[in-house]
Amino acid sequence: MAIAVLRMRDLFAAVMLFAIYSLVSASLFAVLDAGDVALTEAAVGAGISTILMLVALSLAPRHEDQGRGRNLTALVVVLVTGASLVYATWDLPPFGAADNPIHQHVAPYYLQESYDDIGIPNVVASILASYRSIDTLGEVYVIFTAGIGVMMLLGATRRRRRQPVEEPIEGEETE
Amino acid sequence: MKTNGILRVVTRFLIPLIMLFALYIQFHGEYSPGGGFQAGVIFAAAWILFALVFGLDEALAVIPAKAQKVLASVGVMLYSFIGVLGVVLGGRFLDFNPLIPGSPQGAQQAGIILVELGVGITVAAVVMIVYTLFADRLRVVADLTREEID
Repeated sequence: MAIAVLRMRDLFAAVMLFAIYSLVSASLFAVLDAGDVALTEAAVGAGISTILMLVALSLAPRHEDQGRGRNLTALVVVLVTGASLVYATWDLPPFGAADNPIHQHVAPYYLQESYDDIGIPNVVASILASYRSIDTLGEVYVIFTAGIGVMMLLGATRRRRRQPVEEPIEGEETE
Repeated sequence: MKTNGILRVVTRFLIPLIMLFALYIQFHGEYSPGGGFQAGVIFAAAWILFALVFGLDEALAVIPAKAQKVLASVGVMLYSFIGVLGVVLGGRFLDFNPLIPGSPQGAQQAGIILVELGVGITVAAVVMIVYTLFADRLRVVADLTREEID
């Protein structure tokens, strides 16, 4: 699927493939019993980001440029990085084993004590909003800042583009 | 799209359901998967569907651009206010326990619900802002090309 997205020159089809890709990963998360992540992936990845990409696409040409030939340096960098990442995965602990370091740190406390501490059954919600609420606060700030960034980028160009339309009218009035 | 009867009727039927589902995810997030982030996105999706079918002007009449900006700030401030409230009442920043003295579980739940509400409001408003800006930009570009043709 990802290779199809890469090879696609038609950006509209690429966006649709992206949406399908997100939906497939959402169902994968649902199969892995990660309901919160699946819901987020389906709502954000397949839903909102597709709409926003389509809106952005309606401002841009539909087909990708042919590109400027091949870039050898980029190929070397990508190959080296990919090879080192694959090499690093050999040292990872086995998938899903109970004695992995990630299951030894704070996770057992959260899983065992969160119902007594907070009294709600969804551990994800209690971790996100209570144990790790400063992280979530930072996340909200990031979203807010992203909104301000889009506002500055698109709002500013709009005002600048409208000025040349208004200026000649003012000039005529003073004459 | 405004003239397509099927779209109009189906959208009218769907939008309340989507909004209801968003509110369910928002306030039932403690018991089932969900929370402010997902709920905000789904709520904004309902509004964007309305804007797609009935036009941006109609949608901005429901939630004006200024209200979106105010809401985005209100959500962030609600979250921060809850954090500071914990300090004022004698705890640490974002410590929910002092909110309701004597009932740590109830205090935690109240804190989580308020904080998630802040997240939901901000996310919904920011998604609406981004969509509004893009759609508005689209209109400006269309105006410019029309002027070039003239």
